[in-house]
Amino acid sequence: MLGVCLRGAHATVRKNCVRSPLTPLQSYRCYSTSRSSGASRVVALGLVTVGGGVGGTLLYSKWDPKFRAAVEKNVPYSDWLLGLALGPAPEDARLPVRKQVELNQPPSMLDKPKTDPKAKSQKSVKEAAEASGPESSLVPPPPAQSIQDECKECHKHADVSETAAVASAEPLKERPVDEVTARLVQQDQEEEKLLASLSSRLEDSLASSAKATLQAIGAQEVALQAVTQHTRKLKDAMEAEAPSDEKSTQWKELEAALAERTAAVKDATTTLSKANEALEGLKSVINQAKGQKVAAARPLILAAEENLHQMVVDLDKVVSKVRSAESEAKVVSQYTELVNEAKQQFQREVSSLTPEIQANWKGLTGKLSVDDLNALIAHAHRRIDQLNRELAEQRVREQIHIEAALEQQKVEDHKVLDAAVTTAMGHVKEEARLNLEQKLAELREVMEAEMRTQLRRQAAAHTDHVRDVLKVQEQELRAEAEQVLNSKILDQETRYRQLTQEQLDNFTLDMNAAYARLKGIEEAIDSHAVAEETAREAHQLWLSVEALSYALKSAGADSPSMPLEDAAEAVRASCHDDFCSALASALPQESLQRGVYSEASLRARFNALRSLARRVALIDESRNSLYQYFLSYLQAALLFEDQQEAPPSQLSGADLDPFKLLSYASYCLEHGDLELAAKLVNQLRGEARRVVEDWLTEARLTLETRQVVSLLSAYANAAGLGTTQAP
Amino acid sequence: MSEKELGKKWDRCLADGVIKLGTGLGLGIVFSVLFFKRRTWPISLGSGAGLGMAYANCQNNLRSHYLQHRIEAVCFRTASCW
Repeated sequence: MLGVCLRGAHATVRKNCVRSPLTPLQSYRCYSTSRSSGASRVVALGLVTVGGGVGGTLLYSKWDPKFRAAVEKNVPYSDWLLGLALGPAPEDARLPVRKQVELNQPPSMLDKPKTDPKAKSQKSVKEAAEASGPESSLVPPPPAQSIQDECKECHKHADVSETAAVASAEPLKERPVDEVTARLVQQDQEEEKLLASLSSRLEDSLASSAKATLQAIGAQEVALQAVTQHTRKLKDAMEAEAPSDEKSTQWKELEAALAERTAAVKDATTTLSKANEALEGLKSVINQAKGQKVAAARPLILAAEENLHQMVVDLDKVVSKVRSAESEAKVVSQYTELVNEAKQQFQREVSSLTPEIQANWKGLTGKLSVDDLNALIAHAHRRIDQLNRELAEQRVREQIHIEAALEQQKVEDHKVLDAAVTTAMGHVKEEARLNLEQKLAELREVMEAEMRTQLRRQAAAHTDHVRDVLKVQEQELRAEAEQVLNSKILDQETRYRQLTQEQLDNFTLDMNAAYARLKGIEEAIDSHAVAEETAREAHQLWLSVEALSYALKSAGADSPSMPLEDAAEAVRASCHDDFCSALASALPQESLQRGVYSEASLRARFNALRSLARRVALIDESRNSLYQYFLSYLQAALLFEDQQEAPPSQLSGADLDPFKLLSYASYCLEHGDLELAAKLVNQLRGEARRVVEDWLTEARLTLETRQVVSLLSAYANAAGLGTTQAP
Repeated sequence: MSEKELGKKWDRCLADGVIKLGTGLGLGIVFSVLFFKRRTWPISLGSGAGLGMAYANCQNNLRSHYLQHRIEAVCFRTASCW
């Protein structure tokens, strides 16, 4: 291109050189170089600008999909170019943002059914895609689309602004009611399952713990009983003054009771531990149940907790009872031990004093000697003194001992109190907590009910509002729709009318055409029929006329033809117009009734007549005597004329001579011209005329008939010709 | 047949002539014999009268047609006929 520019520049230089050779070439060279450099500069600038524009467009369309869409819409083939340069459509750019949104949602939202909304969302996606995006983005990969769907569902819970920012084209849809109900149903189902499992677990644990507790309680009771029995027995054993046998049985019983007590206590402890384990298990189950936060399980939990608490309380009570019994038993045992110790000491003392005496000194009343007794009494006195001293000491230290004991007792009491207080506190706390929970549950229920009522009210208000709005909208829409409908109906009506009119017109045209054709056909047929009729008539007429002419020909040599009445009747019958009927009625009566003579007969007759007419040629009004007769006879005998002489075209006076006339007439007759013969014969005057009168009438008759017949036949021929169709 | 009329007339004429002639002759003869002593003149008279009558008759017969016309014409002209 640069070369071309340079060449062009050189060409201009040459031209300029040719034009004005005086100016130096250098300037032209400068001009040319500057021109060429200028051109190249311009070209380079242009290239740079174009490249920069294209690159800028590419970059910006890469960054802003809307711009890209606008470019693709407005500039043809840009979508191909941009696709090459940047890759497929901007639909995929929205996905990563949506994925983030999706992750924020709880997993339960993703489990919702995708099948129903998928179709709708596909459609909406397609519409959105067609509206905004390029054609290539109409086929995104299905998982991306499913994710899109999910994300669309997530949108209903996620920030609307985010979705608005990201997906400007896609409209927010309200979740369909079935989805919501499905979700709710599913939720309910899950809750129910949870609840069922929870309740089952609770029940199981409750049952087991109850069993264990009962067992424990039972065992404790048994232990208590055993302990109390033991203590009682011990007390009895200690205090009662019974004979030795009973004492030994008592001691045995005591031992048994002790064994029993120990067994019972052990049993009780084991069962207690078991019960505690079970209660712990129940507690853990309850805590687990609490942890799952199923609202419907709260009363169950509460009940379970109450049961637990109750069991714990019972257990504690029993345990405390047992402990108290045990403590009592301890006291009693301590007492017994002391007593035993004292006894043993006494025994030892006694035995030391009196080694022979047995332990059971109460029964030995007679066996003891005086020394022994004295020793015993002295011992007893000593013991008494000792005891008095101890007693005084004790009395002195009573307070201290009492205080110490009290202290001890206090301490113990404290301990016990603490324990009891803690347990009671625990119980109370439990109770309080349970009450609280109950109250909370009640309150919650109340709140729920209130909330429900409020919600119901709100819902009612909302429905009312929605109803009103819907009503208004409905009215508006109805009005609009009615308008549209009316306009459409009008259009349709007009179109329908037009169409019907067209149809009618077409139909009418067709009908008219058909009718016309039909009419034409009918007319043609009628005319054909008429023509046939007329042809038939004409044929008939012709036939009748032929019959008539044949009847004419039926004339014999001297006899007339048959009467033409029938033939004429036939002709008249087959006549259908005035001319024909006039003609048919123009036939002379004579011919009808008698028939006519043929020409030949007339000719023959004329020949006979001729001589007679010649003979009476002279006779007329003035000359009609016999003498004239004689003279005419003579004339006839003497006069000779041509037998036949052609008549002239015009008769002169000289031609009126009878003889001439007769010769003319016979000539005519011989040549078949009866008419002229009759005319000539008509010129005869006088007797000759009288003589040929009949012949003349006959001739006239024949002529008339023949004329009529010929007319009729001509007419029939003409009619027949007229009716025949031209080929 | 008008042509036969003349013939018929002539026949009649002849017949009449013959008759009249004969009658006249006869009468003549008779008269001549009877009254005129066999002269010939009553015979000839009679025959001549007879012939003349026949001739007149014949002529009249032959003329009758024309006379009829004349009478009619006269009647017509004068208008005195019935």
